[in-house]
Amino acid sequence: MCGVCGCGSGEKKLDGKALDEAHSHDHGHDHAHDHTHDHHHHDHDHDHTHSHTHSHAPELDGARMVQIEMDIMSKNDGYARQNRERFAQAGQLALNLVSSPGSGKTSLLVRTLEDLKTNVPMAVIEGDQETANDAERIRATGAPAIQLNTGRGCHLDAHMIGHALDELPDTKGGVLFIENVGNLVCPAGFDLGEAHKVVVLSVTEGEDKPLKYPDMFAASDVMILNKIDLLPHLDYDVDLAIANARQINPRIRVLKVSARTGEGMDNWYAFLEAARTMASLDHATMAAE
Amino acid sequence: MHEMALCEAIVQTLEEQAVTHAYTRVKRVRLSVGPLSCVEPEALKFSFDACTRGTLADGAALEILAAEGAAWCFGCSQSFPITAHGQACPKCGSHQVQVTEGDEFKIKDMEVA
Repeated sequence: MCGVCGCGSGEKKLDGKALDEAHSHDHGHDHAHDHTHDHHHHDHDHDHTHSHTHSHAPELDGARMVQIEMDIMSKNDGYARQNRERFAQAGQLALNLVSSPGSGKTSLLVRTLEDLKTNVPMAVIEGDQETANDAERIRATGAPAIQLNTGRGCHLDAHMIGHALDELPDTKGGVLFIENVGNLVCPAGFDLGEAHKVVVLSVTEGEDKPLKYPDMFAASDVMILNKIDLLPHLDYDVDLAIANARQINPRIRVLKVSARTGEGMDNWYAFLEAARTMASLDHATMAAE
Repeated sequence: MHEMALCEAIVQTLEEQAVTHAYTRVKRVRLSVGPLSCVEPEALKFSFDACTRGTLADGAALEILAAEGAAWCFGCSQSFPITAHGQACPKCGSHQVQVTEGDEFKIKDMEVA
């Protein structure tokens, strides 16, 4: 079993099919991890050129030290780099939406898709342990969606995203939303190749969430404070929540929205527009090379 | 929990490096883990024994070295050590800081035969 994405175990699924069956052979997906694959497009060289052998004077039974200084996340990072290149080539903005379960990620996406679909090409990769419920909600808006099921897994990784991208139609110049598994812990450590992590926090969760789950808020560039339509029914201190987020990440941008009523969504759409412009610049720079 | 998957990634690396460095057994692995690395060392140790059984690293000792975390204070123009996100500059108390080190998670070296 691939230790990074669990491929081959049969419990991970892409649109209901075991993920290893969904492999397209062109992807050059080889679990022997032969790093001389040309068509894998991995820039793996830097992982190996800095490994060097230090052989000390031989000890008993020939034991010796080998210094490798190898980053364990390098496999996931390699796939993330590959994804990032694909996004740049397509001039596509990729966003990784993270949060605890129930903050309103899917509702936010559904609202966004309904409001922007005539002007912006968009697609969604959904991640949950089980069911295709979220992908179905996305497809009901008319946007294409892929459902990844992680089985017992707690986060999406770049390898799974690469497979999902093979199954999605081109959304050149548009937005690819990745809705991660509802989990404020594990997804923080896994680069999927996205331009930004967007953390969604709702006003029915505590103001101290950023302090309790610092890795996720530190890793995110944008925080969406959702369900603000409920504020009249709650004793929620919005300023405190934002101050806590800024204590963990001084540069985090905060957007206050209600996916249900639409309040504040224009700021979210302005962010999407600005981020799309940046993504198209990446594409233009690539084409010029 | 995915420290198990991380250990499997470590074992895979050990198997791949066996070819490059010409060894058949691993006796000790030293990891460098930073305080901001999203890795739980105890869970890692627990998973390592299970993951290495029957592999070239069966029975290998796992040593986890704590790497340092550091952040830069914009107000003081100085670095200070950190052990978690959200810590203030010890000199001026500001949270306007930039983390510069601490998310390291790598295999430093190993004892092989």
